Amino acid sequence: MLARRTRVLPGFGLSLGFTLAYLSLIVLIPLSAVFIKTAGMTFDEFWTAVASPRVVASYKLSFGTSLLAAAINAVFGLILAWGLVRYTFPGKKLVDALIDLPFALPTAVAGISLTALYAKNGWLGQFLEPLGIKIAFGPPGILVALIFIGLPFIVRTVQPILEDLDAEFEEAAASLGANRWQTFRRVVFPTLLPALMTGFALAFARAVGEYGSVIFIAGNIPMVSEITPLMIITKLEQYDYAGATAIASVMLIASFVLLLAINGLQAWTSKRQGRTS
Amino acid sequence: MSIEVKDIHKSFGAFKALDGVSLDLPKGELIALLGPSGCGKTTLLRIIAGLENADYGSVRLSGEDATSKHVRERHVGFVFQHYALFRHMTVFENVAFGLRVKPRGERPSEAIIRDKVHRLLDLVQLDWLANRFPSQLSGGQRQRIALARALAVEPQVLLLDEPFGALDAKVRKELRRWLRRLHDELHISSIFVTHDQEEALEVADRIVLMNKGRVEQIGNPHEIYDEPATSFAYSFIGNVNEFRGRVEGDYVRVGEDVLAHGQKGLADGSLVVAYTRPHDTEIVVDGAGRTGISAKVNRILASGSVSRVELVANGAAREGRTDYFEVELTPAEIAGLELETGKRVRIASRRLSVFAEKS
Amino acid sequence: MNATAARLAPHSGSASRFEANIATRDAPIVKYLVLGIGLSFFVLFLLMPLIAVFLEAFRKGWATYFAALVEPDAVSAIQLTLLAAAIAVPLNLVFGIAAAWSIAKFDFPGKQFLITLIDLPFSVSPVVAGLVYVLIFGTQGWIGPWLSENDIKVIFAVPGIVLATVFVTFPFIARELIPLMQAQGRDEEEAAITLGASGRQAFWRVTLPNIKWALLYGVILCNARAMGEFGAVSVVSGHIRGETNTMPLHVEILYNEYQFAAAFAVASLLAMLALVTLAIKTYIEWRADRDVPEEIGA
Repeated sequence: MLARRTRVLPGFGLSLGFTLAYLSLIVLIPLSAVFIKTAGMTFDEFWTAVASPRVVASYKLSFGTSLLAAAINAVFGLILAWGLVRYTFPGKKLVDALIDLPFALPTAVAGISLTALYAKNGWLGQFLEPLGIKIAFGPPGILVALIFIGLPFIVRTVQPILEDLDAEFEEAAASLGANRWQTFRRVVFPTLLPALMTGFALAFARAVGEYGSVIFIAGNIPMVSEITPLMIITKLEQYDYAGATAIASVMLIASFVLLLAINGLQAWTSKRQGRTS
Repeated sequence: MSIEVKDIHKSFGAFKALDGVSLDLPKGELIALLGPSGCGKTTLLRIIAGLENADYGSVRLSGEDATSKHVRERHVGFVFQHYALFRHMTVFENVAFGLRVKPRGERPSEAIIRDKVHRLLDLVQLDWLANRFPSQLSGGQRQRIALARALAVEPQVLLLDEPFGALDAKVRKELRRWLRRLHDELHISSIFVTHDQEEALEVADRIVLMNKGRVEQIGNPHEIYDEPATSFAYSFIGNVNEFRGRVEGDYVRVGEDVLAHGQKGLADGSLVVAYTRPHDTEIVVDGAGRTGISAKVNRILASGSVSRVELVANGAAREGRTDYFEVELTPAEIAGLELETGKRVRIASRRLSVFAEKS
Repeated sequence: MNATAARLAPHSGSASRFEANIATRDAPIVKYLVLGIGLSFFVLFLLMPLIAVFLEAFRKGWATYFAALVEPDAVSAIQLTLLAAAIAVPLNLVFGIAAAWSIAKFDFPGKQFLITLIDLPFSVSPVVAGLVYVLIFGTQGWIGPWLSENDIKVIFAVPGIVLATVFVTFPFIARELIPLMQAQGRDEEEAAITLGASGRQAFWRVTLPNIKWALLYGVILCNARAMGEFGAVSVVSGHIRGETNTMPLHVEILYNEYQFAAAFAVASLLAMLALVTLAIKTYIEWRADRDVPEEIGA
């Protein structure tokens, strides 16, 4: 006889059905609107929108500063994570808790605060300006904002791996005659690398799309300090919906690619950690 | 209650986990589902419990068709391999769970629950742990709590998935004996899954030997050990010496050598595999004999009342591999044969079992 | 943000085990160098912006500070922010539980792909998130004409703000629950069912207690983002004072009007929210750690 299918745990149809419906309604259908709208444009229209000099300059700026910010965070985030995991020092708990500040602090608040710090008469700006270093209202300001929002991604992906790292590996390296630097470079760092790259990719992906914290400090000078999300807003304010959508489709594709890369990196990380994800 | 399983098929994608399994197990016995990992034993157990659906086939409990019954209605006690104790509940609450979730009308009073839980904890000798959380228990203690929890709902049948799998050797041995005693006290029909033959042989009334989704043999430990029904049963249970060759009349030809098989009905020229236990294997030292596998003494492991002699085949009994054989002898026999490392001898068998080789 | 970077995970022991072990101990100079560089970076990029918010807010004194907060436009911005969060968080909570239940407790094809799709809003720019709703509900959008015929306003109105907020906070709770429930497996629920529990009993008595800290963790992170979202909301809001301004948008307007003290006063409320969020988060991590006592034996 053919057995009737009964699932042991209930609610499969309901929970999956709701998940798919909600996902489609909130995320998938709205996102598909971007591509459907873009598909309605002629190629010339599309190309004019996404490849005008001002927009191309924004790509270079957005991707360039995001990459640089992620790289700076990778270095200092690793140092910070190492300090938090390996050393005891006063105030450590507080520092550890505040690392997540950029996750919790609204980006607009971060934006105006960083501007206040780095503007010509700001706390830090007043010292940097006489040295000829101009941070706010230009690309360096964007970099500062992107460093702010990206830092926790690096620290929080590296930290758990570093904590789980068994002392045995370093003990083995030491017993084989390696000094601390050799041990770090040849044993510890390769173990951390997948996580570090995952954190890098996460920080980069977040930075490319970031708007709130950047917009106040960037100065928004055409061809110099306009980020790509701002170009979308600018087009929208000119009621150029098609142009805005075309640029959005370029950004969405970049997001998809980054998402795939991040997924791949995370799979690599968990494989390195000997866990199945 | 009796357990009857009929023609169960179950696939996971392209993998056939169960391929036509039928069992008819009488009431009140302690039964072992034994087999290598991946043989389908856990899947079968879960299908009996109702935790998994078979693609085809039926399950009858106490003569009643349970195939389409929900696990909740089957009245089985299931002990999970990793215990599945509720980590946020104390030991007491874990054991009480099954009583507390009964429909309001059937739910016993708090006093009865307390009494019953303490009796069960006494039964598993862990009443003193009632207020601990599962994470504070050792593996063996968790196992016994999991069992007490399953017994709380008075199941008609107890199913245990690798009950000793996650424990260290010493605890394992203790728990094994304890489970046997408990079963003798309660006489509840029980099935446990194991990949450890020693465990099955020692504890079970009856063993169901499985391989690749099929039942190889069902029998009591004596039958399983001494009368293996299939080639797989022979090689899986106990130590065994294995010879592969071709039938030549009353002999099996293995490379250069021949072994007398003493069986009828073997087709001349057919490929066979022959098995013999170490204690049924003989060592012949006089060079005159024509039969037997020529071999060289490799090591003599003398400890206790039985010594094991390890030999290496001279000929290529199996191609490309060094073949080791093991023979169990008493120290006196070894002395009588004047065995020593490097000595050339022949191996024969008092009791050889021959199976046709699957091509 | 991506929850991968902020996931409730048990913390390992203290750093002293590394400092006590000869093989993992660094020379004092290395320690002070690492801490010096790392903490300077921390102070410069994280701590100073935080402190600056409060100092700027009080620069013109308490009176100005409070005046900025009780001004009617500020009050209505606060109310709208609370409303958007009060709708977005419960919706995403229900979704998170449903998604995690189906993914962790059942097998079905395409599961990994579904998990990736759930992550999608994390990697979409907030501005794009806002734009998509304009494309659907805006005057030139798919159902814009129908909406205006029926006099329903979504874009440049409260529903649009809520939708954009739901979008950007969509994965927060699901991403906390899915890995945890996957790691916990289904054994405990199955055990509950074999013991006679109904599906509902298994969920309330076994599943929920096991995920409560991760759930709370997801909720507070989701809430922080919901209240603080700027880019997506900015696109759909229309910036109508007293009507479609949330707190972050109100901060922007005040700032652009050079009312810096007022802007920072409202910003300080949001910064306070962030600090409370971090405090609760730290507490949850500590509680979740404590709920997993040291394992004894195997």
